[in-house]
Amino acid sequence: MSTRTYEAGVKEYRETYWEPHYAPKDTDILACFKVTPQAGVPREEAAAAVAAESSTGTWTTVWTDLLTDLDYYKGRAYRIEDVPGDAECFYAFIAYPIDLFEEGSVVNVLTSLAGNVFGFKAIRTLRLEDIRFPLAYVMTCGGPPNGIQMERDRLNKYGRPLLGCTIKPKLGLSAKNYGRAVYECLRGGLDFTKDDENINSQPFMRWRHRFEFVMEAVQKAEAETGERKGHYLNVTAPTPEEMYKRAEFARSLGSRIVMHDFLTGGFCANTGLANWCRENGMLLHIHRALHAVLDRHPRHGIHFRVLLKCLRLSGGDHLHTGTVVGKLEGDREATLGWIDLLREPFIKENRARGIFFDQDWGAMPGALAVASGGIHVWHMPALVTIFGDEAVMQFGGGTLGHPWGNAAGATANRVALEACVEARNQGRQLEREGKEILTAAAAHSPELKIAMETWKEIKFEFDTVDKLDVA
Amino acid sequence: MSNISEFPAKRDSLKGRKYETFSYLPPMDAARIRKQVQYVIDRGWNPAVEHSEPEQADSDFWYLWKLPLFGEKSVDTVLAELEACHKAFPNHHVRLIGYDNLRQTQGSAMVIFRAA
Repeated sequence: MSTRTYEAGVKEYRETYWEPHYAPKDTDILACFKVTPQAGVPREEAAAAVAAESSTGTWTTVWTDLLTDLDYYKGRAYRIEDVPGDAECFYAFIAYPIDLFEEGSVVNVLTSLAGNVFGFKAIRTLRLEDIRFPLAYVMTCGGPPNGIQMERDRLNKYGRPLLGCTIKPKLGLSAKNYGRAVYECLRGGLDFTKDDENINSQPFMRWRHRFEFVMEAVQKAEAETGERKGHYLNVTAPTPEEMYKRAEFARSLGSRIVMHDFLTGGFCANTGLANWCRENGMLLHIHRALHAVLDRHPRHGIHFRVLLKCLRLSGGDHLHTGTVVGKLEGDREATLGWIDLLREPFIKENRARGIFFDQDWGAMPGALAVASGGIHVWHMPALVTIFGDEAVMQFGGGTLGHPWGNAAGATANRVALEACVEARNQGRQLEREGKEILTAAAAHSPELKIAMETWKEIKFEFDTVDKLDVA
Repeated sequence: MSNISEFPAKRDSLKGRKYETFSYLPPMDAARIRKQVQYVIDRGWNPAVEHSEPEQADSDFWYLWKLPLFGEKSVDTVLAELEACHKAFPNHHVRLIGYDNLRQTQGSAMVIFRAA
């Protein structure tokens, strides 16, 4: 059958892995890498090397290559493009056949696409900019345990973004004092409070003690206000066994929601926990510690939109996405691009928002975007405009730093939010008329008035490091 | 401490209960309610009227007033149904729902009349 014979030695990658005439199949997994080759390495060779090292290739020919159909299994570099505004780099588009990857395993996808290839000598830096997951692969993944609509029905909250707050100081409070801070926030009008990501089970506050006091706080605030509320009990743990133990205990106390850090905990743990949440009717809030290590450098690493797509496949009902306006990094157009990827069923290629491929999620639910980090009442008009209703806005310092305490801080945020939603529904331009809208609302809310006086001057105006590539 | 305002305790009375969206704003006058009804219609949602005893208000299912007003484009018609429900059940809360059939959720939900 085969006419090929074994020839030992090193071949140029482009002989095998560069196929500019290849038409990607609907079932292929497609990836776009930003490649900075070493000096003297041609673009086609560098792109082919990335395709090879992230799929079937190794540095030399081996005789066992001839025992299979490598032409079927190999990844192919099929397109090269200039990077706007950066002559040293180029985009390499690579197509992988779907059978290279275990079904339902973002672990396996990332092990290939973001594995050894990132340390490969022929390239100086490498960034995984985007992945197109074919619908055939999407359907093998569990996705968000509940999704946005189910979460709204569980919580009975419609027609507005949700409001949250991370409890501070992030480390050092005792369980009972921590529960007090939760209670004050929730009775003041927040929907959610949150364990800071650093809170796991330290000597100053063991997880079981925290869970018990926090749930008493949640239930008392629910009885007092008549509204449904939750606290993201962080079940991120040193081992999966411990993680499930904490999640089970949270459920036994009547919690509606648990929380996980998907990158430090890892995709294996995250996917397992998402499955557990689906089985047990629990919402799952996802934090993203570690992301900036991976996604902030414009030439190396993994873009956040890729991490976000992987999380949507792995499972989570909330994901932190940045705020655009607060203390943490985030370009506005890029953020609008990835919050669409998190929430919508179908997202078209849109280079102006950094989206390299059409992405069809089929019937997979979406997740709420979480805007958190250095935001306060004055940011509310911009936040409602940028994020719309399908988001959780989390004001940590912007709740707890209120001169009258957490409950008043929570009320200030809730009044500001509802005033902005009412004005938006009336057709008013929130970002232009924000000051009048908030000032009018503050006339009926002393809590909001004080908040506006306290935070008037704070701004975060540093330039963004990770910008979209533009000429 | 004298300039710190006390946050009132409310557990002893149903009067302190909140009812989700817009319940932290002062009660809306007729002009403001009109605009929210208009918003529901403009978004293409189906308006509906529901009501409940205050003691049962934490239930997922309030009593449906007739059927949702499928395809209704008149703000006045929706307002008239809200009024009729309020008149028939003055001791109930009455809320307006905007059913979003495409996304299979409620695009909007707000209490228009509180129990007397």
